[in-house]
Amino acid sequence: MSTETLSSPSATPSTSTSGSSRPSPQRRARRPREFTNFDVWVLVGSIISAFCLNWLIFYRLTAGASLFGFLLCSYFTFLAIFGVVTADRMGRLVATDRVMTVVVVSAAAIVFVPLVLLIGYILVQGLKALRPNFFISDQEGITPVLPSTSGGASHAIIGSIEQVGLALLWSLPLALAAAVFLNESRSKWRRPVRIFVDAMSGLPSIVAGLFIFATLILPFAKSGNPLFGYNGFMASLALAITMLPTITRTVDVVLRLVPDGLREASLALGASRARTVLSVVFPTARTGMTTAVVLGIARAVGETAPLLFTAFGYDLMNSNPFAGSQESLPLFVYRNIRKPDISAIERGFAGALVLLMLVVALFALARFIGRDRSKRRGAPKGGGAAVQTNPDDPLNAPVRPTSAPVAANPTFQENPTP
Amino acid sequence: MTVIDESAQPMSTNSAVLPGQSAVGRATIIGGPPPGAATLEARGACAWFGERLVLEGVDLVMPAGQVTALIGPSGCGKSTFLRLLNRMHELIPGAALDGEILLDGDDIYATGTRAQQVRMRIGMVFQKPNPFPAMSIRENVLAGLKLARLKCDEKDDLVEQSLLRAGLWKEVRDRLDSAGGALSGGQQQRLCIARSLAVQPNVLLMDEPCSALDPTSTRRVEETIDELRGEVTVVIVTHNMQQANRVSDICAFFLAAENQPGAVVEQGPTRKMFENPDDPRTLDYVEGRFG
Repeated sequence: MSTETLSSPSATPSTSTSGSSRPSPQRRARRPREFTNFDVWVLVGSIISAFCLNWLIFYRLTAGASLFGFLLCSYFTFLAIFGVVTADRMGRLVATDRVMTVVVVSAAAIVFVPLVLLIGYILVQGLKALRPNFFISDQEGITPVLPSTSGGASHAIIGSIEQVGLALLWSLPLALAAAVFLNESRSKWRRPVRIFVDAMSGLPSIVAGLFIFATLILPFAKSGNPLFGYNGFMASLALAITMLPTITRTVDVVLRLVPDGLREASLALGASRARTVLSVVFPTARTGMTTAVVLGIARAVGETAPLLFTAFGYDLMNSNPFAGSQESLPLFVYRNIRKPDISAIERGFAGALVLLMLVVALFALARFIGRDRSKRRGAPKGGGAAVQTNPDDPLNAPVRPTSAPVAANPTFQENPTP
Repeated sequence: MTVIDESAQPMSTNSAVLPGQSAVGRATIIGGPPPGAATLEARGACAWFGERLVLEGVDLVMPAGQVTALIGPSGCGKSTFLRLLNRMHELIPGAALDGEILLDGDDIYATGTRAQQVRMRIGMVFQKPNPFPAMSIRENVLAGLKLARLKCDEKDDLVEQSLLRAGLWKEVRDRLDSAGGALSGGQQQRLCIARSLAVQPNVLLMDEPCSALDPTSTRRVEETIDELRGEVTVVIVTHNMQQANRVSDICAFFLAAENQPGAVVEQGPTRKMFENPDDPRTLDYVEGRFG
């Protein structure tokens, strides 16, 4: 009953698609899968009634089992009510469809909850200590009695930039070479190399740090050479090991997407294979490769474990990555959260927030660089030139005898007689 | 030649160079192929994929400046033969070959002959248009120079001439710097032809260049082939009998019996092949009774 009265407004002339100039019958655009306002009310009503019913059962008729049980039962009651009501209104087929839609959407929402909670918690905690001086001062003269807003993490930010930058410098040429080897060569070693790269990306990152510690720091400990002590350079080597598989795999995937037709076209023009890779394959995959680099950076910038016994951590500014232990953002977070005083913990959360923002910014940058620009490029120009360039328009066809009607050309006259 | 001049006129900064002369072959490329068309000859050409012999004993002369059409049903080795002609065949893993391919008398497979040098002299246009998506129209045309490390002092002239010869100049001259991928399929294919012509090859191989194109674009490409006659040796693989009849001077019919390697059944002037072939199988094929 209510269905009729409420759905009738949608049949009013306002939904008619025809213009007023044309005397045509009233048309109503039907969208079979449309979710109308009334459907929303049905949804909300089902939720409310499910909650009420379960509240009655859980907190009035019984002693009240638990909040979790209440929510779980409410959810299934809601699904049942919503399904029954929709089935009554629109039939079983639509009801099944709607209920499944609700299940899928709520599952997605549940997955989203921890993420929001996590980010929200860090945001709330981190903002307590995050002040502009967080970016410009280090931990010099900071004692446990000072408030969390004093001091900063500039030494950690500088350390992170230097370590990740150096790591990129080591890993990028290797990763590019490996990806080119995997894609452009015909060696039978490609399979083992690909397996190694895959295995390497599963390597626990602390093992990378341990490897550098065991092979480069420990054996030279007695030499007194600062280059082989705890420093940013060692950290960059450990980070390079963790970045290498990430970049290699991503570049490998983008290079595989370059159509073979382009390689053939290049070779057919007289290019060597190396030239083809440099001048055709790389430019074609440029955006994807940039994305790969940014993803590699984002992976490395958040690594803590490889730095524990390579960069080691330091409270003051040390901008020389080749001598003396250095701080980085994840290390700053790790070291501050473990301290007993509240202000240090709050500073740790501020560091985590900065790190989070940095990673988000890097991912946004990757998406921005990697977006599909091929459709936008040339489109504004092409639109303007389209009038002149329509090959089907006889007025715009090139003015030359050969483009006259086909019969004018003697070669077109000989038709095979079947 | 007047044909080209008429369409070469206004708005071009280089129009001063063009009037009254052939637009073709003016820009000189340093280190490029020698000028003029070249005769291509196959002697006992065979091809294998792995252990499987797919093409056996092809003897075929493709005379300089003429259009040779390779016809035959799918899987009879036409494309393989075409790829033998500019050493693209050897790029396929497991591919092998036998026999000689002579370009103006010199075997292109001789030891000491660089494959790149051969491919520069013998250009190729593929079935699917494949302009380089990361390059503009102009860069696409000049890609051959960049890729083969050739030098040319009159790049603007070369772009214009190549696009003129491919019949695309009129349509793109105002947007040479927009992306090559933004063109229609037929325009892309003509851009690929222009790209191949820009290196000024002696021979141009075309592997079903019109199979992905509509009739209008097909006609344009056929006009282009017609204009190239005399300047470049053209070898074209086609499944379209009318097209082979229209554009070619010489025709070769390939056929492969079941589980047998492909071979040339008959070859000769196109008119004879289509009107009065010696082999009954050729007659059946060109008249559409099988294949």
